[in-house]
Amino acid sequence: MATLTLNNVKKSFGKTDVIHGVSIDVEDGEFIVIVGPSGCGKSTLLRMVAGLETITDGEVQIGGRRVNEEEPMARDIAMVFQNYALYPHMSVFDNMAYGLKIAKVDKAEIADRVNQAAKLLQLEPYLTRKPRELSGGQRQRVAMGRAIVRKPAVFLFDEPLSNLDAKLRVQMRLEIRALQRELGVTALYVTHDQVEAMTMADRMIVMNGGVADQIGKPLEVYANPATEFVAGFIGSPPMNFLTCGLIGETGDDRIGIRPEHMRLADAGEGRLNAQAAFCEVLGAETLVHLRCVDGTQVTVRQDAAKAIPDEGTNVGLSWAGANEMRFDSNGQRI
Amino acid sequence: MAEHTGMVEKRGAGLWLTHLGLIIGVAFIFFPIWLAFVASTVSQPEIVRPPMPLLPGDQFFENYSKALTAGINAPVALMLGNSLFMALGIAIGKIAISLLSAFAIVYFKFPGKKLFFWLIFLTLMLPVEVRIVPTYEVIANFGMLNSYQGLILPLIASATATFLFRQFFMTVPDELAEAARVDGAGPMRFFFDILLPMSRTNIAALFVILFIYGWNQYLWPLLITTDPSMNTIVMGIKQMFPSGDDIADWPVIMATSILAMVPPVIVVVGMQKLFIRGLVESEK
Amino acid sequence: MEKRVTFKGIWLPLLLVLPQILITAIFFFYPAGQAIWQSLFIPDPFGLSMQWVGLGNFEYLLSDRFYRASFITTAVFSILVTVVSMGVALYLAILADRLIKGSGTYRTLLIWPYAVAPAVAGVLWLFMFNTRVGVVTWYLGLLGYDWNHVLNEGEAMGLVVVASAWGRISYNFLFFLAGLQAIPRSVIEAAAIDGAHFWTRFRTIVWPLLSPTTFFLLVVNIIYAFFETFGVIHTITSGGPQQATTILVYKVYSDGFVGQDLGSSAAQSVILLVIVSLLTVIQFKYIERRVHY
Repeated sequence: MATLTLNNVKKSFGKTDVIHGVSIDVEDGEFIVIVGPSGCGKSTLLRMVAGLETITDGEVQIGGRRVNEEEPMARDIAMVFQNYALYPHMSVFDNMAYGLKIAKVDKAEIADRVNQAAKLLQLEPYLTRKPRELSGGQRQRVAMGRAIVRKPAVFLFDEPLSNLDAKLRVQMRLEIRALQRELGVTALYVTHDQVEAMTMADRMIVMNGGVADQIGKPLEVYANPATEFVAGFIGSPPMNFLTCGLIGETGDDRIGIRPEHMRLADAGEGRLNAQAAFCEVLGAETLVHLRCVDGTQVTVRQDAAKAIPDEGTNVGLSWAGANEMRFDSNGQRI
Repeated sequence: MAEHTGMVEKRGAGLWLTHLGLIIGVAFIFFPIWLAFVASTVSQPEIVRPPMPLLPGDQFFENYSKALTAGINAPVALMLGNSLFMALGIAIGKIAISLLSAFAIVYFKFPGKKLFFWLIFLTLMLPVEVRIVPTYEVIANFGMLNSYQGLILPLIASATATFLFRQFFMTVPDELAEAARVDGAGPMRFFFDILLPMSRTNIAALFVILFIYGWNQYLWPLLITTDPSMNTIVMGIKQMFPSGDDIADWPVIMATSILAMVPPVIVVVGMQKLFIRGLVESEK
Repeated sequence: MEKRVTFKGIWLPLLLVLPQILITAIFFFYPAGQAIWQSLFIPDPFGLSMQWVGLGNFEYLLSDRFYRASFITTAVFSILVTVVSMGVALYLAILADRLIKGSGTYRTLLIWPYAVAPAVAGVLWLFMFNTRVGVVTWYLGLLGYDWNHVLNEGEAMGLVVVASAWGRISYNFLFFLAGLQAIPRSVIEAAAIDGAHFWTRFRTIVWPLLSPTTFFLLVVNIIYAFFETFGVIHTITSGGPQQATTILVYKVYSDGFVGQDLGSSAAQSVILLVIVSLLTVIQFKYIERRVHY
């Protein structure tokens, strides 16, 4: 258990800069999710913390100690890989015990720790099986178990749930979070799924093109996105963006309003006119998709009890000024 | 190889014709072997007064024990031992050095890597037959004539196994090496604990092919083993034929021929699945 | 292709490649270099010094009647071996592929010759066709045919071709069978529904789909016939009669070791080297193309 500090960490491959300098102080026991689209550098960042990529510039500290030059093993971390990376020829027990064996932990202690982890992860019946004899969720647990037995200072997760089906993903999401709380280990978790980020993170880092656009608590980021990218990436359905011209203002600014903050009004009323394109009825709520005069697509999320406009009808859109976010032409929040 | 459903025309007479065709083929393949076996079980007079019988005789034990213990120039048991040693040496030696160099080439970045890669792969091209005279001189200069090193080392210098292992290592997920690093395994630990066990089937398949390759060598042992006690069985057979007009001791020669095929046949038929897989994969 | 992860270190990987590099250098590059070097000299009659002749050995070789004859012999021999062994193998593979049950049994029986060394195969066939004791020779005699491959050049060639092809049938059979079984059954069934009979189906569907296998085997068999048949020829004919079965590899051996003509033998090695390289390049081009499929 330890703090983790990234101090202006940079990475370049040859002349290409992939990480432009990320800084964060992670508190002991905190769960940090790094989220962003593919190619944004989130995995590279994690791998630098793990020691699997060299750090071009800046500093990584674990427990206050600079670890830039340390081998992964010496960093006191454990990692869960996207494809689990279980050793196919070893039993579940041996997979979990391998790191401890290398560290020359004594046999009784190894057995003890592995059995404890297996109990925690409900893997006890499978300890003698080979990875190929397990289901996807069980393999995922073994990968977790391998990380747990090391009793590391920091857990690193590289998209650990992306190979699971949707239902299992939701379940494992909760399990991982519960486990991390129980063990109290600092965690760094990479995902491209903003729902995972929202639901799991104490704080999240939203990455875009090698830059940490915003670091903050999920609700804070949601309510107060720092950039247009963050505003559009976090939240589903995504935020609606309008040009100033569309609502009769001048300038290059763009205006963002979350779907739940927009309300339908009669045609001609409200701040904007649009034509209803189609509706998705989800049960508790309804998503109304509309098209503005300049072709911009807009989504309104409203309670299922409210009236649904027929396709093709013209309606007005209104929202409270307080819910409006403005972004300049560089995508920065004004 | 997948089972498949037959089409209508395979029923009835067609099926029998198919079997008949195959049986003729098998008979053609086996006739020389059968004849050699028969010849190894009859006496010399039965052979030299043609036609020789087509069914086994009662001299099996006499001919084989004569071949194994006395032979003609050297006891065949000794030649079998030499062949076994050479075939194992080539197979194990080639697998060992290939595993190591393929590991280095795939899992490290080091200066000269590209150069080594190409130096090794150039050797894919050249069978030992092409460079026999100078290779012979090298062996002679090292004083390795009539030695196991001389029999084995030049035949290890080929890249096919390295190529195969490299291909296989490339398919091993990167994350396994990363996981091993996170677990604290150094390169050699990863090699022995993870990579080697994962390569088991490939190693076994290659072993079969290389064993046959080594066992069946002819020209090279012919050149460098002038001492009959170092002869391998495959090349030793030819040495059993008398020069001039003397009549060859056919029963013993044929017993030796049969003995020369038994080990590789056992290996090929016994490890058929592995062997076919290895063959089709290594040549692809 | 590169691995994303690599281990650190320079000395360890160098140490790991060292055995192979050493062996390759000593037993491959040095001799190959020597062959090229020696091909540019002729030794004096006492073997004490070497005289530089440049490409003289090559010029001499190419004008040498026996060498040119050996080229033609090799070509004829390789083509015959390839055609005979591939033909028989394809025939057997088609039959085995038609079977629903039992093709595994035939396969087990048919792979035997792969394990039989070419030199041993030579002895087996020599025994059958031996002029004194050969069973086949004797039965041919009954039919009024006087078989004597020791004197008759055509018969000698025929015998080494059959013995060489025999040993190769297993290999070709395995590849053809694998190739045939890889053809989707549905394609052939669709053709059958279209009314194509066996021969039409074979000509228009199976053969074209099998062509990568066929081409691969063609190259590999030619390489086999060039080099690995030494044992067959040495045991059956020793290159005779009148050099009728002296293929190039055999000539390198007989000129270099029996005739002790090192310059010429080295020049022949170099020529062979070029031929093999060409064949290998063809093979690799083909493999690359196949990778792209």
